Amino acid sequence: MSILIDENTRVVVQGITGGEGTFHTQRMQEYGTKVVAGVTPGKGGQTHLEVPVYNTVAEAVEKEGASASAIFVPAFFAGDAVMEAADAGVKLIVCITEGIPTFDMIRVKQFLRQKDCSLIGPNTPGIISPGKCKIGIMPGHIHTPGSIGIISRSGTLTYEAVDQVSQQGYGQSTAIGIGGDPIVGLKYISLLRLFKNDKDTEAVILIGEIGGTAEEEAAEYIKKGYPKPVVSFIAGQAAPPGRRMGHAGAIIAGGKGTAKEKMEALEAAGVYVAKSPAEIGAKVKEALK
Amino acid sequence: MKIHEYQAKQILSRYGVQIPRGEVVDTASKARETAKNIGSKVVLKAQIHAGGRGKGGGIKLADNPEETEKLAKDMIGMTLITHQTGPEGKLVKKILVEEALDIDQEFYVGIVIDRAKEAPVVMASSEGGVEIEKVAAETPELIFKEYIDPATGFNVFQARKLAFQLGLAGDTLKQAVKFILGLYKAFQATDASLAEINPLLITKQGKVLALDAKMNFDDNALPRHPDIQEMRDLDEEEPLEVEASKYNLSYIKLDGNVGCMVNGAGLAMATMDIIMHTGGMPANFLDVGGAVSEEAVKNAFKILVSDKDVKAALVNIFGGIVRCDVVANGIVKAAKEIGLKVPMVVRLEGTNVEQGKKILEESGLAFSPASSMKEAAEKVIPLTKERSGS
Repeated sequence: MSILIDENTRVVVQGITGGEGTFHTQRMQEYGTKVVAGVTPGKGGQTHLEVPVYNTVAEAVEKEGASASAIFVPAFFAGDAVMEAADAGVKLIVCITEGIPTFDMIRVKQFLRQKDCSLIGPNTPGIISPGKCKIGIMPGHIHTPGSIGIISRSGTLTYEAVDQVSQQGYGQSTAIGIGGDPIVGLKYISLLRLFKNDKDTEAVILIGEIGGTAEEEAAEYIKKGYPKPVVSFIAGQAAPPGRRMGHAGAIIAGGKGTAKEKMEALEAAGVYVAKSPAEIGAKVKEALK
Repeated sequence: MKIHEYQAKQILSRYGVQIPRGEVVDTASKARETAKNIGSKVVLKAQIHAGGRGKGGGIKLADNPEETEKLAKDMIGMTLITHQTGPEGKLVKKILVEEALDIDQEFYVGIVIDRAKEAPVVMASSEGGVEIEKVAAETPELIFKEYIDPATGFNVFQARKLAFQLGLAGDTLKQAVKFILGLYKAFQATDASLAEINPLLITKQGKVLALDAKMNFDDNALPRHPDIQEMRDLDEEEPLEVEASKYNLSYIKLDGNVGCMVNGAGLAMATMDIIMHTGGMPANFLDVGGAVSEEAVKNAFKILVSDKDVKAALVNIFGGIVRCDVVANGIVKAAKEIGLKVPMVVRLEGTNVEQGKKILEESGLAFSPASSMKEAAEKVIPLTKERSGS
């Protein structure tokens, strides 16, 4: 099994005719993802990558039964694209776009509260259930089907974790990048809940980084009793305060959001915390002994 | 992005936030002229981005235009060292000359985005003039908060509530409400990430004014605020970081001597961490982008080699969609073109990793290959010691 996406997920790509949209739609199709429609306002009626293009997401949902969306729309228009997908009844929205202003995301999250849908991202590599479906920009072939769930705020560091897990002989049930921005859709707790109920997931890796309190909130949740082992690594132990480390959300502000605080909170919750990023795979093995 | 105090005050005054009368100047004679126009005692304030200016001699009181000129002469061109500038200090190019006010009370008002609540939060405290982090740690009950509903914006009753909590009344309360509402209006209209008035001043005459002002902005939103973008002061930033920003590279200078070049922000931070765990210190954070391009590698090398503290470099690339052989070719080409002088450990992983390694080995350049992050860190640290010992 897997969470959120599987072989039946029907994907509409918003911004399909753009450079990024085209490139990654091809990679998703090669991986076996069912891309059923594309949306580019003004290009409705065309066919792109053998997929029908619509002017609105609503049409893509109505005519092709799209249940999930992948967004490759420029930053200043991406918030609007998320809301359009939510309004059209798309259940899972994966927003790859980086650089969306924080105020835009505040409005988007407010809008989503009245809708029955889940948002992943923005500023995320996306989500993959190996062998079944990939919505995003991660390299599909490094993943293998298996029993480890991964939740991460990072991109390439997630690939690193996937690689280490594979070297230990484990595959992944689903790997999700929640996004590197200060305000994102699904966070650790919602995803931990889903992994809890996924019978094929044996353990969860939680990859965090400096900034905010999402990891501390996750630790509080795990502390109350989580039935599966959780392994964690927090990036940015060597990061200075007050500096934005690449990701808009990776900043120690007012002395808060340090790696140390997060690691201590997770350790206190019984999480297997890898101090070095090289130990993630080994910690998973230890946790599953 | 950060701006100077005088720039923040210019922005805030457009939204109805009261500020002291004054002017920013860059010469002692203009300072004298300003003091003359103000016609009372004045305060001279050095305009640098760092806080803690008073203790370092960056804030001075002058009784008359003559004294203003004398003090300004010393202040303009001085290197100001505060607990936030680092030991090298900051060069003072401009000073703000403002009317000196009779202080009755000092408060704190600040706005930030609360990430957990996903909303802006307006904070007010009776403990003005001290660092708010200190108040939050020691006496959190003295900080009052109002969260903003994005649908309605900041409501008048919320500003009023804060003003009452500060113990204000009468006309001063009315002024404070207007002040706090104006502050939020400015915060929202400019896509700020921080707007902080510390202290907010109540004068003996009952006037409400921003004695100091600090604003930071959401970098993602800057393209829609060209007027604010123009306020960027490159002299306040690390020269190598300014250079890197021209190439759209995410680079931050640090104190160590192991130069790093990595694709992806998370992996870049993790690479710094593993260097630290292995007994070294990273010289920088450098993310060349998840989908690393040849151009990005070349520019990154340029930045790396221009940092004289770098004794050895660690390149950590996880090839995904981008193939390792393409990355390896880019590294070799860039290294030859730039003439790399520092020893370098390269760790490639991911798609076509074997071809990539072969290209590096056959290049004839002094690359030391590593097959894991751990191995890379263990190999690069001794290289920094060899160099510093010779």
